[in-house]
This record gives sequence, C-alpha cells and structure tokens, in this order.
Amino acid sequence: MTGTYLGMPAFPAFPEAAGEAVRDEVLRANLRHATHTIRDKRARAVAELEDWDRLRAAGKAIKDHTLRHLDCYLLQLEESVTAAGGTVHWAADADEANRIVTDLVRATGEREVVKVKSMATQEIGLNEALEAAGIAAYETDLAELIVQLGHDRPSHILVPAIHRNRGEIRDIFRSEMGSWGRPAPEGLGDDPRELAEAARLHLREKFLRAEVAVSGANFMVAETGTMVVFESEGNGRMCLTLPETLISVVGIEKVVPTFRDLEVFLQTLPRSSTAERMNPYTTMWTGTAAGDGPSAFHLVLLDNGRTDTLADETGRQALRCIRCSACLNVCPVYERAGGHAYGSVYPGPIGAILSPQLRGTGSEIDATLPYASTLCGACYEVCPVAIDIPEVLVHLRERVAQGGPVTREGIRVTLRPAHGHTAERAAMRAARLLLDRPGALRAGERLLARARRLAPRRLPGPGRAWTDTRALPAIPAESFRDWWTRERGTSQ
Amino acid sequence: MSSKDRILARIRRAASGPDSAVPRDYLRVHGARTPAESADLLAANLAEYRAKVHRTDEDGIALLLMRLLAERGSQTVLVPPALPPHWLAAADPVRIHDRAASTPAELDAVESVVTGCALAIAETGTIVLDAGPDQGRRRITLIPDHHICVVRVPEQLVDSVPQALERLDPTRPLTWISGPSATSDIELDRVEGVHGPRTLEVILLGAQ
Repeated sequence: MTGTYLGMPAFPAFPEAAGEAVRDEVLRANLRHATHTIRDKRARAVAELEDWDRLRAAGKAIKDHTLRHLDCYLLQLEESVTAAGGTVHWAADADEANRIVTDLVRATGEREVVKVKSMATQEIGLNEALEAAGIAAYETDLAELIVQLGHDRPSHILVPAIHRNRGEIRDIFRSEMGSWGRPAPEGLGDDPRELAEAARLHLREKFLRAEVAVSGANFMVAETGTMVVFESEGNGRMCLTLPETLISVVGIEKVVPTFRDLEVFLQTLPRSSTAERMNPYTTMWTGTAAGDGPSAFHLVLLDNGRTDTLADETGRQALRCIRCSACLNVCPVYERAGGHAYGSVYPGPIGAILSPQLRGTGSEIDATLPYASTLCGACYEVCPVAIDIPEVLVHLRERVAQGGPVTREGIRVTLRPAHGHTAERAAMRAARLLLDRPGALRAGERLLARARRLAPRRLPGPGRAWTDTRALPAIPAESFRDWWTRERGTSQ
Repeated sequence: MSSKDRILARIRRAASGPDSAVPRDYLRVHGARTPAESADLLAANLAEYRAKVHRTDEDGIALLLMRLLAERGSQTVLVPPALPPHWLAAADPVRIHDRAASTPAELDAVESVVTGCALAIAETGTIVLDAGPDQGRRRITLIPDHHICVVRVPEQLVDSVPQALERLDPTRPLTWISGPSATSDIELDRVEGVHGPRTLEVILLGAQ
C-alpha cells in the first residue's frame, strides 16, 4: 500500500517535533501574538450576526447533504463546467493530479506558471512536480512568497508565514528576491508597508507576462459550474483573470449544490478566517467568458484520500472543513507547538484529524497526530461548520491503539494496532486482571503501601515517557479499602 | 477503469447514513433599515476598510469625478464601453479604452479607472461587479492603482449577502470587492494595497 502524499517528506512524530518548537522562544512569541490577535477579532466579527448558530447549522447541513450525494453533485458539476466552456479532469491521487497539470502546462508551451495560494496543490506537492518537469511555479500570495523565498514550509492555513516576524521577512526578501526575479529595493526596511510594496514590485512583472495560472477553489457550485476563490491581496484576481490558461486543482469535497448555498459560506468564512465582515476580493467564474479572462479553463477534481475519509462515518465530518483556520487560532497546542510540528500542509486541530485520514495512520507522524490535542473542545466551538474535532480525535486514537477496519484506496482493510501502544494495552490487560480479583488487588495495595518509600520518582521502562512530563503521584500510607474498614468496620 | 469511474465507485461504496435537510431559518437580512440608513451603513463599512466614500447626484457627478481625478493627478483614465458619457464630461485625463489587443502591461500605465457596479451590499461594505457594459472586463478594475466605483442608490443597494445572491447572474464573471487590496500576512498588521488597486473610492449616486 502506498501512502498518500501530502506534499512533504517523512516527518518525526508529533511529540518530538513539538518539543523542539516549544523551546523556540521567538517562534512562540510570534505565534502567541498572531493567534491571540486574530481570535479576539474573530469573536467580535461573529458576535455581530445574531443568527450565527443558525448559519453554522445550515453550513454543516449543506456540507453533510452534499457528501451524502457526492457522486450526483460531482457529475452535475462536470456537466455545468463543460457546458460553460471548461474541461474537467479526475485525479484519484497526487501523482495523477500532478501529471494532468504538468501535461496541461506543457501543452501551452510555457515554462512558468503563477499560482494562487491553494491547499490542494500544496497537498499534492505540485510545485515540486512542476519543477521536476522544468516548469517554474511562482507563489503569489504574500505569505506563500515569504515561505517560497525562505525555502520554508507553510505553518498556518490562512497565514502560512505566521511563524515569521517582520525582521525575518525583510532578511528573506533582501537575500532571495534577486534570484527569482526583481530584487528587493535598496535599503529595504522591516515596515509591513515597505515589505508589501517590495512584494508588489517583485510580483507585478510576473503577473503581467503570465500565460498560465494554477489555483484551487474555496467552493464549486454543481448547479451552475461556478468556481469561487476568496482572497485579500488581488494576487488571486491577477492569476484568475490575466493569463490565457487557468488550471484549478480542487478537492472533491469543495462542491456545494446551489448558487444560493454560497449565501451561508460568504457570511461564515470571512468572519471565521480573517475576522472580517467580508474579505477584500472574491472572484466567481463559470467556465470561460468570451473576451474576459482565460480562454481555456481546466478543472482537476482531486480525490487523494478523500473517498477513504468519506467511508468513515465518524471521521468523514472532517470533509466539511472550509479551511478557515479558526481552530488553529484557538488551539492551546497549536499556539505552543507551531504549524510545522504537524508534518502536513494541514496543521492544528483540523490537520490532526484530516492528515491521518487522508494519508492513513501508517507513519509515525500520522499515528501521533490524534494525540496532538488536549481535547479542550475550543476547536469545535469556533468551527463554522461544526466539525466535532475532539470526537474524531478520540475515534482516531482508538483506531491507532486498537486497530480495526478502515478503507484505504477504496479497499476495506483491517488495521493492526500501531507500534508503541503495546505498553498501554498490556497495562490495561493487567488492570483488568487485577480488578477482576479483589483479593489480589487488596494484597497488592498493602504491599505497595508498605514499600512506598522505595517508589521511584520516575517510572522505569516504557512508563518513562509518561513521567518525563508528569509527576508520579505519591502512594498513600494506607489504601482506601483499609481506611474504609478501619473507619466503618466493614469492607463492603 | 478511468479515474472518474474509480472515484465515483468509491464514493458510492462510502456514502451511507441518513440524509439531512438543510435548515434555512437563518436571517435574510440583519435588521430593518430605511434606504438612507442602508446607504449610511454601506458608507460606514466601506470606510472601515479604508475605502473613500463620496455622495452626489446626477447633477454633481461630473464635477465630483473631475475633482477626484485631479486630486489624484491622473493623466489617464480607463473607461468601460458603456459608462454614462456625462459622468466624465468635465474630467481632464485622457480616456483609455480596454481593447482586445491591449496588453496588461499597457493597462499598467493607466492611472485610474471609473466604473459602475452590479450592486452593493450594506451589511458587509461590498460592491459587486458583473462585467456589465458600464464596468468592463475584470482586468480594468484590477491593474490601475486607483478605482472609482459608482453605486446608484437606492436601486443598486441591497442590505445583505442573501439579497445580493438573489439578484446576481452566476453565469457572468463576478468580482466582489470590500475595500482596497489588503494583506495581513506580516504579523497580522493590515496593510492596504498589495496587488490590486491601493485606493478605492466609492460614489453613492443619488444618496444625500
């Protein structure tokens, strides 16, 4: 079984990666500032809408209904897009999607493409695939540009360079812009205004000559074939309207049935993500329009683990996600561990349930992601489509520890328990043995009480990891049962 | 088996469980407003995103546009095919038309653009363009650094997002604009003007 590629090489388990991030004080300060700023703003933006709970329920129901009939809506979408002058391609996995896009770019004769920020193309590692085919892919979102120029990885869904402060960004621009195109202006400072201006100058020459663009989409409307992209900077509009050829790679879960359904998400997505009443720019296009925008439009519908996720009745709610990133900004674990620790383009709470489902729990990082949470529930509270992330986390923990039936690449298989949970299962079996035998339990307790001064402060063997971060409780001088017998005179 | 068939077959095996009806009990509009109150709300929300808002009527629009273009120092202005001619009757800049042969680089040299709109949404401070003849192609409101958009009030003003979608034609290219181009990618400090127009001016035509 091949693992589903999520755009990144093998990663260390979450606890190791997080441990390193937690010791980076600059990173923690950057993250704390950013997440707290946006979560406070978001709360105010949401409080403005008295019907927020009803919008949330409607958004959840629209997504659930669509997923229940996903085959019908995808076929309807294909028909609508084709009728409007577009071409639809279907990609079962990352390799196939990358091959389709590479061939489409090659057919235009171009050697470079401009890109709108897109999670789906990061997920499949499209930039790397294009580079291998001799095609340069330029990210045009400011944060993605910072990540690309810094030879870095994105660490947040909405603000991929959230882990960088202005000084670091200035240094990256100064040293790297020249090798990709127009260099940074002389004496570039670290004021965000100056940095944004440098990005404008650097990218404008690319926008004005670009013949091919690659994007994702926030929504696709089955009824009309309309594609929707939310953005702020105008780089999206540049890519979506100036080139001759537009290629959009979109996860199959992004479809909604009707144009009217957008009324829900146009209200909930901006407020949840950037904490604004509306993001500065939203572009909607339907196939091709005569004389306005690209003359060729290709839509690549991407599965890459989504149908496997759909097969899990508890886990499939992750497919409702509209990528707003509100769950990242409220998560106490994300705030301290940072986005890179999640080892996927989807970090934070949603990443902890999405990545192990899209990729399977075979790797160490994916087996540990369901544990990257305190289960505090804040992510569920803010989610605009009411994904019960804690419920899915617990469900996935059970899958990792116990194994069980799961669908991989469309085939039902039975997972074996993951390594590293042997001690946990042995401890549970020992506990059951002891609790089933009151006499043995009583004897054991007395023995423990008498030997309490010999008890170590840290556990030996596989229990060591547990006591690395926790104090071992002191053993009382007398067991509860003995105390009860002494006080009340009966052991019942 | 094609990937399309494979994906559809996987979906059909996977999709199970009860279907849920979509509750539509959310509000069509948030609050009751007079047309004047709606215009005020649009103006306030646009201003919060640092768009500049002006009000005038048919008699005053030519002078207002002349003044706004002069203040900006624009020498050239892009004009959509069916912009009412009297709007720019008093303006000095050279009028540039967006032709099929004009390249993006040529349009990049133009300083301002004046357009109408399809509608505007008060609750969110949004104007929507649908590439109608008084708005032109999408690229003309994107490349110049200065966009002046005229909203006819009350005819083109709706209160809410649901009301807006009812009136829009999804087969047309749609651009929803809420304030000028902006980014919050550096330490979440909002900066206006990255790739789109850095200055957005909205004229509420007919609203006093």
